[in-house]
Amino acid sequence: MTELFGGSDGSAVADATALHRLHARLVTTAADEGLLDVAYRTVDSPFGPLLLAATDVGLVRVAFDAAVTGVGFDLVLGSLADRVSPRVLHAPARLDQVARELDEYFAGRRRVFEVPVDLRLAAGFRRAVLGHLPDVRFGSVATYGAVAVLAGHPRAVRAVGTACATNPVPIVVPCHRVVRADGALGGYLGGPDAKRELLALEGVLER
Amino acid sequence: MRLPFEDVVNRHGPTVLRVCRAVVGGPDAEDAWAETFLAALRAYPELPATANVEAWLVTIAHRKAIDQHRSRARRPVPWAELPEQVAVVPETDAALWAALAALPPRQRQAVAYHHLGGLPYREVAGILGNSEAAARRAASDGVAALRRALQSGEGP
Repeated sequence: MTELFGGSDGSAVADATALHRLHARLVTTAADEGLLDVAYRTVDSPFGPLLLAATDVGLVRVAFDAAVTGVGFDLVLGSLADRVSPRVLHAPARLDQVARELDEYFAGRRRVFEVPVDLRLAAGFRRAVLGHLPDVRFGSVATYGAVAVLAGHPRAVRAVGTACATNPVPIVVPCHRVVRADGALGGYLGGPDAKRELLALEGVLER
Repeated sequence: MRLPFEDVVNRHGPTVLRVCRAVVGGPDAEDAWAETFLAALRAYPELPATANVEAWLVTIAHRKAIDQHRSRARRPVPWAELPEQVAVVPETDAALWAALAALPPRQRQAVAYHHLGGLPYREVAGILGNSEAAARRAASDGVAALRRALQSGEGP
């Protein structure tokens, strides 16, 4: 029977074209029917590929790639399926605004992100900390202690560090602007080089 | 870890498309695929983690194909005559799809779900609402008819 349904190369190409078209159609209908719970795409950045994911509320995840984090995009998407919804589809157009704002930011033409952010992957105090990070403006830095004060718990310095280390939307929610009180940069979930690069881009450090 | 639906589409989309083409045929096959995956996306969060995803998808496709068959009965356009069919299916495969389309529905479905969808006869019987032996016989008769049609070169 296998030989009957083996399929020719020609049909495989035709199938790939049809499936591409059908996937696009599925994304459109899913969005119309309110079933596109998580849309994602990848973009290039000065730090390698980034995974971007959005809910209908806003940008829910920015992930550095496995070369930096040791965690592949497939695992990030699996985690989104577990924690947000398994209705996850590759839908690049849904993330056009984020992609454009990131491009402008990396090119030095944007200082503030306007895209809505969905912080549902962070809870409690961590979420409160992330909510305050946009108060640390482009081109400036704050210490972990200063952010703890901003978030209303001056003694929770270590918890601020944890909130930054687990920020689900880095770059857009600027945890890279939080540094140690002794002048050292401190850790970064995208790696120390990325933190240095981002602060150089913002004119805080020399390149 | 829950598999993102995107992976379900990528893993099973090609198989489901072949099943839809075998059972529905022509441009309607793509509509059946689209309706199958939309319905699957809707129900996916409730699907038990242990479920056989491909069998589940083929079952949905079967229902969508029946719906389409009913609506096509009210709109009688022979699919083999539509120009889109020529555009997407190479000539060698066209004979196979045409021979499939000429099979009695039960045989066509049994062949599609077992040989294209990869479902065991037990699952095929579940979809068709008959016994495992009957599903096996329908597929076997269907394959024999396909071989005759293709060897004779006459087509349906």
